[in-house]
Amino acid sequence: MSSLAAVTASNLRKDLRLEWRSKDAVNAMLFFALLVVVIFSFAFDPTAEESRQIAGGLVWVAFLFAAIVALNQAWMRELRNQVLDAYRVSPAPANALFLGKALGNFLFICAVEALLMPLFVVFYNLRSVGPAWQLVPVFLLGTWALVVVGTFFAAISLHTRSREVMLPLILFPISIPALLGMVEATTMVLTGIETPAFWISLLVVYDVVFTTVCLLLFETVLHAE
Amino acid sequence: MKFRILAVITFLLLSYALYQGMWAAPREATMGEIQRIFYYHVPSAWTSFLCFFANFIASVVYLARRNLKADAFAVSTAEVGVVFCTVVLVTGPLWARPVWGIWWTWDARLTTTLVLWLIYVSYLILRRYSTGQATPTLAAALAIFGFIDVPIVYMSIRWWRTQHPQPVIAGGQGSGLDPRMWQAVLWNWAAFMAFAALLIWVRYRLERARQELDEAHALRAVGQAEGSFTR
Repeated sequence: MSSLAAVTASNLRKDLRLEWRSKDAVNAMLFFALLVVVIFSFAFDPTAEESRQIAGGLVWVAFLFAAIVALNQAWMRELRNQVLDAYRVSPAPANALFLGKALGNFLFICAVEALLMPLFVVFYNLRSVGPAWQLVPVFLLGTWALVVVGTFFAAISLHTRSREVMLPLILFPISIPALLGMVEATTMVLTGIETPAFWISLLVVYDVVFTTVCLLLFETVLHAE
Repeated sequence: MKFRILAVITFLLLSYALYQGMWAAPREATMGEIQRIFYYHVPSAWTSFLCFFANFIASVVYLARRNLKADAFAVSTAEVGVVFCTVVLVTGPLWARPVWGIWWTWDARLTTTLVLWLIYVSYLILRRYSTGQATPTLAAALAIFGFIDVPIVYMSIRWWRTQHPQPVIAGGQGSGLDPRMWQAVLWNWAAFMAFAALLIWVRYRLERARQELDEAHALRAVGQAEGSFTR
């Protein structure tokens, strides 16, 4: 167990250091999500009241697309210089690699969300009617839901032709309930009409179930040849 | 030989089920003849769900045993399941337009079936785009994700939609059904199951032949490499 934690931590440290020096994923995601925000405001041109109704959907679609950009990059690094092959033959636990990668992506995407949320608020004149602190668990749970399955499926799509196209094609159908949960919970907090309790518990269930499945199956996928 | 027997049984069942659905079952009081699409819609849905269930079992067996036969069975059931699920999604709107007045509504069952279809189409796309020996393993992993996702999808969409009024499924289910209608449904289900089994059989044999061909190619390549090495 301690070796799992240690290897996970060193994987995570490596990913964070690489990202800190290159800022590849975060820059690409930031600019991409910014473009989506701008294009959506042209496409829908909402008033303040309307934007409160649709903001949940807009925010999450923007972050979903941005997350795809980062997730597609995530494993590419490991292909250079056959790092992944080296990992396969090493005795380090496979799940440590997966957890390190998923936690790294989670931190990158959370950082992008934290940087872009103020921009959303400004551009769409958002004011939350419900208690805004409830958005914090919704965003943490929702981002983990996207990242954990996304990191796993990005590892699957490494073995396919045109892998960058492949990831959204397999990730979106599976993520539909999580996406529904994030969008509905965010909208409910913003409009303050109902409590998002059901949707938050749905996200918890989704996160727990799929984190477990990912950890059970990752070693198989890593060694698939 | 067994295959021919199954083909003949399927043909007979389909003919008899057609008679049951089109003539033997009584005319529905309010909807009229359009209701007869029910005898194709519902059995197709049950058949496709069973195909997806079989796909899940085959995927688990493949991951446990690494048996290529299980993989061939998984791909066959997924393809046939998608075909029947498509039938469900096409016959549904055909019926809904005259009866509900709309082609489509984002009701729990409709939406869940659509998401189910999307999940298994993405499974087939992964298989098509995936390269090399890893395909069966990756596909099996995705199949497990998809199957586990279905109850979560159903739960979420039910909650999403129970907030809104739903169209009443008229003249439909359970105890309201005339026994002769039940008979027509069950005969059609039997016929569709036999038809699905026939299709899966054909597809399975095709997939096995493809796997054996791949294996033979690989062996020949190895043999040639060894030959050139010793020479």
